[in-house]
Amino acid sequence: MSSFINLKGIQQSFDDETVLENIDLTIPEGQLFGLLGPSGSGKTTLVKIMIGLLNPTSGAVLIDGKQMPSLKAMQHIGYMAQSDALYDELTAKQNLDFFACIYGVPKKKRKEQISQVAKVVNLTEHLDKRLEHYSGGMKRRMSLAVALLHEPKLLILDEPTVGIDPVLRASIWRDLKELQKQGTTIIVTTHVMDEAEKCDSLALLRDGYIIAHGSPDELKEKSETETLEAAFLYFGEGKQVEV
Amino acid sequence: MRILAIVKRIFLQFKMDKRSLALLFIAPLFVLTLLWVVLDMKQYEPTIAVTDIPEKFQTILDDEDVTVKEMNDVEAKEALQENTIDAHLTWDGKQPQLIMEGSDPTATRVVQQVLNQAAKQMNPNTLDMDVDFLHGSTDLELFDNIGPVLIGLFVFFFVFLLSGVSFLRERTQGTLERLLATPLKRWEIVAGYLGGFGIFIILQSIIIVLYSVYALGMYMDGSIFAVLCITFLLAIAAESLGTLLSAYAKNEFQMIQFVPIAIVPQVFFSGIFHTEQVEWIDAIGKVMPLTYGGNALKEIMIRGQGLTSVMGDIWVLIGFSLVFILLNVVALRKHRKL
Repeated sequence: MSSFINLKGIQQSFDDETVLENIDLTIPEGQLFGLLGPSGSGKTTLVKIMIGLLNPTSGAVLIDGKQMPSLKAMQHIGYMAQSDALYDELTAKQNLDFFACIYGVPKKKRKEQISQVAKVVNLTEHLDKRLEHYSGGMKRRMSLAVALLHEPKLLILDEPTVGIDPVLRASIWRDLKELQKQGTTIIVTTHVMDEAEKCDSLALLRDGYIIAHGSPDELKEKSETETLEAAFLYFGEGKQVEV
Repeated sequence: MRILAIVKRIFLQFKMDKRSLALLFIAPLFVLTLLWVVLDMKQYEPTIAVTDIPEKFQTILDDEDVTVKEMNDVEAKEALQENTIDAHLTWDGKQPQLIMEGSDPTATRVVQQVLNQAAKQMNPNTLDMDVDFLHGSTDLELFDNIGPVLIGLFVFFFVFLLSGVSFLRERTQGTLERLLATPLKRWEIVAGYLGGFGIFIILQSIIIVLYSVYALGMYMDGSIFAVLCITFLLAIAAESLGTLLSAYAKNEFQMIQFVPIAIVPQVFFSGIFHTEQVEWIDAIGKVMPLTYGGNALKEIMIRGQGLTSVMGDIWVLIGFSLVFILLNVVALRKHRKL
């Protein structure tokens, strides 16, 4: 498989604190890739560097052969941050319409796309409601809907299922799998082990280092453990020995 | 196209946010009205105690706008102490003698005026000047004189606050990050904000100017159109300064903290007080947009000048806006280099 995303020697420090160190990663096209790590391990920072919202102290990110930040590449990326990043005063439809305009979705297609993504996140009946009246989970789904609007080739989702009930969580994962089937490359950050199990490939992030990289089965095999959680602990200790 | 989307979104947001709309359109009218009530009041009417003054002087005083009370020396002294009278006038033989209460400069000045007037009538041989006005008239009240600056100030203040806080919210709620994760260019965001606020700025200028001139009867010798041009330029400067400074605030509270630093000094140095005498104080005003806006508004409204004679001020205002807008685009680099 060709490498779609290429991270080379990423290092990031804020003031004197090093947040990410020696990150080299290639992600092939069409993969559902998971970044697994506890909070504070540098997941969000890494994601921001990937999408170009943060310039790494050193190293470079190539997406589809273009060095980030690149406006051309951004056109094909859907991004969902940890905060919902929506306009509460507006209705769901107005929010979607706005972001569709920003992504340059043609007028004729806009309506169709909006009802399409609303269906995916199961909010079709609530489209005319203002987001002030949405629950936390509904906003989270709306935020995901915005990221899907322009049919991106690459989806970057930072903790997409935080605060979402198990039923909906399962349905969002089903949708992600479906999108993947259609050829979308997906990068998801999570600290939930059973979500990580669903990824094709995983990078375990701890204290700014990638301590292991591989498919869930490979990771378990290499560490001779039964669960990802145990594997994470195994690799974590390995890293501490290294240091 | 994408800029238009931002303009439309800001418009929709405002339409839903009745309170901010009220702040933009009704608050300035409210404050202007209050100031008009206070500043346009009739001149202060002093109370003067008199002891043994000539009958002729007494009758003259009775015709003036003054309350005269006859008291003896002891009573008057007490009254002055208690601040129930503004001055005590006695006649020591041929020579009048006046004791002022003195703690209120306005009262002191008015007492002096009234007594000078009365003295003039006692002795009609003194010079009586004929006074003509090139601009304004004797009726030009304090409110008329500083009114143009007040219009400029309120336009500036409310636009600054609203644009600053809205742009800041964009950052705190994460939507700025989301926008920067799209192919949107940085200048397009800044332009969209200018456009979105532009609609409301124009409306606000029209409402404030029409209200001041027609409802409050502020002195107006120039053209309404010229006044609107200046308030609009001033508001654009306020919008761009507000969004620029919001980049340096972490939250709404910190945005409010810019008011005493960026707005209040402009009030002092922009023409309400005379600062021409001291060069370095005058120089402070030179870096403030309101100085130029206020000056242009005064020239138009009080001195009846046209836009051509305030071209200097207009260029400076445009210059301020351009600089703020440019810095704004640069400040966004903090979030995305490209």
